[in-house]
Order: sequence, then C-alpha cells, then structure tokens
Amino acid sequence: MTVERATRHFQEELEGLQARLLEMGGLAEERVRMAVHGLVTRDTTLIDTVMLGDELINELHIEIDGRCFTLLALHQPMATDLRSIVAAVKINTDLERVGDLAVNIAEAARRYTNHAPVKKLIDIPQMGDIAQAMLRDALDSFVRRDTGLAHQVLNEDDRLDALKTQVFRELLTYMLDDPSTVEPALDLILVSRHLERIGDHATNIAEDVIFMVSALDVRHHSSNVDEG
Amino acid sequence: MSRDATATRPPSLAAIAARGGPPPAIDRPVKIQAEGLNFYYGGTRALEDISIRIHSNVVTAFIGPSGCGKSTFLRTLNRMNDIIPGTCAEGKVLVDGVDIYKPGVDVVELRRRVGMVFQKSNPFPKSVFDNVAYGLRINGMAGSHSELAARVEESLRQAALWDEVKDRLHDSALAMSGGQQQRLCIARALAVRPDILLMDEPASALDPIATQRIEELVYDLKTTYTILIVTHNMQQAARVSDYTAFFWLGRLIEYDRTEKMFTAPAETLTEDYVTGRFG
Repeated sequence: MTVERATRHFQEELEGLQARLLEMGGLAEERVRMAVHGLVTRDTTLIDTVMLGDELINELHIEIDGRCFTLLALHQPMATDLRSIVAAVKINTDLERVGDLAVNIAEAARRYTNHAPVKKLIDIPQMGDIAQAMLRDALDSFVRRDTGLAHQVLNEDDRLDALKTQVFRELLTYMLDDPSTVEPALDLILVSRHLERIGDHATNIAEDVIFMVSALDVRHHSSNVDEG
Repeated sequence: MSRDATATRPPSLAAIAARGGPPPAIDRPVKIQAEGLNFYYGGTRALEDISIRIHSNVVTAFIGPSGCGKSTFLRTLNRMNDIIPGTCAEGKVLVDGVDIYKPGVDVVELRRRVGMVFQKSNPFPKSVFDNVAYGLRINGMAGSHSELAARVEESLRQAALWDEVKDRLHDSALAMSGGQQQRLCIARALAVRPDILLMDEPASALDPIATQRIEELVYDLKTTYTILIVTHNMQQAARVSDYTAFFWLGRLIEYDRTEKMFTAPAETLTEDYVTGRFG
C-alpha cells in the first residue's frame, strides 16, 4: 500500500463518476448521429426524437455535477485525483452542450425538411462522422488516460474547420445562383456550424484529459498540439 | 438545538450534491436515540439537552472543537462515563428502544453490545490471540478451543489484520506497530459480536497509512455494525461518515447527512467550524 493510493471508497466513487460521464458521452454522441442521419434521410420522426428528448442528458448533467461537488467536498482530493474531478466537471459541461447542439441540428434539420433538398449532402455527413469520432476518441482518451489519443483529437479539429469552410463556400454559390435556396442553405450552414462546435467541445475534452493526465495546460497553445 | 436528519433546505448545490451521493439511509431503523440528555462532571454541565437519532448500519461522525462534548456524548452510549466519580446523566439514551440508564440494566452486557475503541491503542500485555480471545473468555463465549480459534480468526479478518498476524498469533501484541495495535483493539471489540462500535478518535495517533487502513476498515464494517466515530479531523469525518453531528459547548448544533454538513450546513456555527473560522 502506498500513501498515494486513494481509499477504496474514493476510488469506487471515481469509477462511478467515470461511468456516468461515459454514459452521458454515449448519449450525446448517439443524439448527434441521430440528428445528422435524420437530416440526411429527411426522417422527421428521428429528427423529432432528438428535438424532444434532451432530458436524460440534462439529468445526467446535474447528477454528475453533484457527484463532483460531493467528491471535492468530502474527500479533498489532491494532485491527479483533484485534476480528474475538475476535468470531469468541465467534460460534463462540454457533453451537455453537445446534447444541446444535437437539438440545434435537429431543429435546423426539421426546417430543412420543409424545403426541397438544396443538394446531395456529402460534406455534412462527413462532418458528423468526424465530430462523433472526435467525441468518442476524446472520451476513450479520458478512460484510458491516453494523451496520445487526446492529441489526435486536437489535430482532427482542423479537418472539421476546413469542411465547415468548404460547406459555407459551396452553399454560398447555390444561394447566389438561386435565391430560393437561401433559407434551406442557411440551415445547412447552421448545421455545419453546430458540428464544428461539437468538434470544439471534443477538443476541450481532449485538452482536459491532457491536463488531467500530465498536468499540462495545452489550451490556446497550438505549438503543443502536434505532440503524440 | 438539535436538528433531525430529515431537515431540508431550499434547492441548492447541496441538493445537487445529494443526487450524486449515496442513497438516503433515513429508512434505516433508529439504533440509538438520545432524548433530552444532560451530563454533568460534578457541577459542570458537559452536555446540554441532547436529542438525536442514530440510524443503524451507517457511520455517524461527531465533530466539534476540543471540550465541545463529543467524546462525553459518545461515552454516554455505553455508560463508560459511569466509572468517572461525580458524574451524572439526566434524560434518556435508548439503544434498540431500551433506556440504558434505567435501573437494572446490565452494564457489562451493554458494553458487549456497544463496543468501544479508544484514541490510544491499549492492547493487553498478552499475545495477539489472547487479546482477541479475552472478551470471549470473560463473557463465557469462548466455547471449544476450535470455536474460540475460529472466532479469533474471524475477528482478525474483520479488522483487516489476519494476513499480517496469522503467523505470529502467539507473539506479544505489544510488539506490533501502532496501527496494528489499533486494529487489534478493533478486532478485540468485534470478537464479542457487538451491534454498535464507538470509536473515540481511533486514528489520531496513527500515521497516514495506518489512518487510511482504519478508515477503509470503518467503511467495510458499517455493513455489519452501527459505527459512531469521534474525530477532531474534519476531513476524516467527511471521508468516512454518512451522517455528521456538530457539537459546540456541550450542545448539538446540527446533525445531518455528511455531504450536506460539509457543503451547505444550515447553521452559521457549523459553517464557521467546517470552514475553519474557529475551532
């Protein structure tokens, strides 16, 4: 036994916290997938499901905050344990925002289905896949305490940003060409913006993981992003 | 002023915290109940009108500054104060619904059911085995040698000490480390199969590793026993207990779920104490 080893009780609480965060991450990721799939397939039932069902994520948001709050108050964690709980608080907020963004995507998708398709959707589903993969990898890096994977997530964000710019430029040409496409095209631009924001939240999570594991603050320091 | 553990506050961060905490234990039966308890050392009133309900199979911590009455209160629960001349208790203390201060109560039997572990480990100058067997022998619970040995082993295992001492059961207990001696005293208390375990600053004389062992032990033992622990270490109370009672100048100021006591206490005095503003 070492002095550094957390008590079993505390360790169990940390594992419980991690499990709940993963559950929330899984829900958020699934809702992003459903929203984008609903948009691509124009499946209004799926879209409505996303629009109406954010409560579970919101409840988890509050519960996880409560767990973190209690752990901080009752166990006075230090070093890695302290960083883990602070990271959990921040990751929790990011995941809740991802849930909100999934709803925003669903709302834009719902409006989009009222119009004829502007074009075949290629980049947006790709953005959806990347954003989901970033989320998944960010949470995997959290569970495995894998800073290499967290750094990969940071690098992925550039692809998402580039695709968002590409979507905007392409849709701009459609709008200039045919003003009747302005409304649905703007909704697609909004969706790409929301997906890009989801990537930002995944990036935040990855940064938190790096801080949790190695106590390095890589936020706003692009020079560190290429490590790993 | 005493407060029942069911006392509530408006929704707050504490309410949020409670959602993430362990499930409420309020449905557990009341194991110990004090009603209007006063206690005197000669002419000095050390406890003032204490009323509290302690639930079974949870850990309840008593905190407060030196001289606040927390140890005195603990010792009223198995009448350990009786041995101090000039003391006097008024009011009721019910254990499983029976007033332990009413005439005719068998104090030896009471202390078997309500075991105690003290701040300073106090093993007898005997072997490890004989220390644990002592209470069984004097209570006529020893049975055959194999039964006695089985009970000693069970107690040492419960106290998370067996693996460390199984090969030297007949060595002197005084040769053990301080932390081991304290766990031996816990094993000795558990051997006579109490329902309740009173712990009076059980880890205050121990190093951090030994303290952690004791805290883990407390966490494990609560499934079987009702545990009351006096500690001047607030962090320890926060870590190990389900309920916390804050004493001040012989009065019970506040009693509630531990996470509430340490995140959003109802009383300003409690807030000032847990935030280190006095004490």
